[in-house]
Amino acid sequence: MTELIEKGTWVEIHSIVLPAGERASQVPQDTQQVPLERRVKGFLVKPASLGDEAEIVTTVGRHLRGTLIEVNPAYTHQFGAPIPELSVIGGEVRAMLRKRGCIK
Amino acid sequence: MIQMQGYEEIMSQRAEIMKQSVGIDYSKYETGTLAFDYEKLLADTGYDVNTVCVIQKDTAVGNTPLIELKNITELVRAVARPGKGARIFVKDEAANPSGSFKDRRASLSVYEAKKKNYAGVVAATSGNYGAAVASQAAKAGLRCIIVQEAFDSEGMAQPEIAEKTRACEAYGAEVIRLSVGPELFYVFLCVLKETGYFNASLYTPYSILGIETLGYELAMQVQEQVGCFPDVVIATHAGGGNVTGTARGLHKAGAYNTDMVAASVDLSGLHMASDRDFNRKSFTTGHTGFSMPFTSWPDRADVPRNAARALRYMDRFVTVTQGEVFYITQVLAELEGLQRGPAGNTSLAAAFSIAQALDEDKIVVVQETEYTGAGKHPFSQLNLAIQLGIKVQRGDPKDNKPGQRIVIPEHPSQIAVTDVALDRIRRSYLHHAIESLAEGAHLSEVDINFLAAETRSSNTYVQEMTNELR
Repeated sequence: MTELIEKGTWVEIHSIVLPAGERASQVPQDTQQVPLERRVKGFLVKPASLGDEAEIVTTVGRHLRGTLIEVNPAYTHQFGAPIPELSVIGGEVRAMLRKRGCIK
Repeated sequence: MIQMQGYEEIMSQRAEIMKQSVGIDYSKYETGTLAFDYEKLLADTGYDVNTVCVIQKDTAVGNTPLIELKNITELVRAVARPGKGARIFVKDEAANPSGSFKDRRASLSVYEAKKKNYAGVVAATSGNYGAAVASQAAKAGLRCIIVQEAFDSEGMAQPEIAEKTRACEAYGAEVIRLSVGPELFYVFLCVLKETGYFNASLYTPYSILGIETLGYELAMQVQEQVGCFPDVVIATHAGGGNVTGTARGLHKAGAYNTDMVAASVDLSGLHMASDRDFNRKSFTTGHTGFSMPFTSWPDRADVPRNAARALRYMDRFVTVTQGEVFYITQVLAELEGLQRGPAGNTSLAAAFSIAQALDEDKIVVVQETEYTGAGKHPFSQLNLAIQLGIKVQRGDPKDNKPGQRIVIPEHPSQIAVTDVALDRIRRSYLHHAIESLAEGAHLSEVDINFLAAETRSSNTYVQEMTNELR
């Protein structure tokens, strides 16, 4: 049985705003072929399971419905690994200024 | 599918929704077939530059430091001809409450929304402006909704926008994240209609008047620190507000002889509404995907008349490459101790090139910085680019190809702006103007005068061009 998420939990819902094939006429071909999707976070209004149609109340108090896709969604953006092509630039430009006697 | 009013139905109500949500009847400023009274539209708000300074001071916006970039100037002189290499200063706009100059635009919009008793504000933006509106709304006690174009059809978020989602949510805003496409405007209209909130558009008079203080302040700061007005001010250019507001502020300070340069990252070859290209841009703003269409036809914004009209104010329009901006971002951190950008450093990359052609006693001001952090950093953008198969390499920046190859210069002497021919933009503007005319519509003298002001040309030029293009 799918676990019921408690009312009041911070969650994210997903919905299709415009299905593929019903996009605005000016959008390019690749975008025409995919739907316009919407994701919004808020507090769950009634207990629901992941994948269920659920209702949330957002921080401004709006009630929105959609498919429950995440519970307490993480922020996963990061820096990642250093970029070797950038890591050497500091040394190069400092050497140029050192040559001019501007820095130690 | 979610239940919203139909696309066509909402789009047809656009004018009425706009009128309600901005509180401006734009129709009363129409003076001709195409012409409108731009100065009156701005003046009728009742905000002069001193009033705006007072309003912004109340929310800790503005009065940001002007920092001389002495080491970068030395680096310019290391590669310039003898006697050349202007002094470069930067206005550290990252010192604003939410970390960018966008607080200036947001502050006046939110102030106006509160004054007019709106319960909340809505903005359609994936950039720093969302965080700025959310921050100002939090302080003003207004509700805030931000509508972002945030992820592609694979569900992959652009890292810089993901950081902006986090920032907006940190300020308590509701964030509506959408996949790629211009129909974002439809969702935006639905939200405005449903909530009755204020449309904190980037393109209202409030948004532009809010930036005038930036140009005004920097002129005064250079005057105080150096004893003259700057010779050149460079602004990262996208929708046109930054260039417009800054130039107007410079004029209000009396700096009429300062050259206003608009600088954008060259993203030619990538389509702005393409799902595939969305995560291959490596820049979310300050790029030609916005600046070219908005300079050559400003009235494509989310308000009936765009108060950002950059072609009226720019003396020069240049582009730089993605690789050049990432390079200069690294130099700014390592030579000046300032981790900023990257998108906001577009104007710094341009300054590095432009300063080389100017005498050593000239003053170049880069008029903004923006905060940096996870997602909003060259590492985040370049790691995503590599993941998507884009090559990242050292080399000649001329070989940079957006979406395929990001070339990090091997030497600072390789940083060189490319001039955009303003005459080409003027022609494009006039072409759009003629296309927008109803069949048989006549251009009056008022329209010709307006188009001359819009394109910073003459009535003769407009007449000749319109005859040629018709």
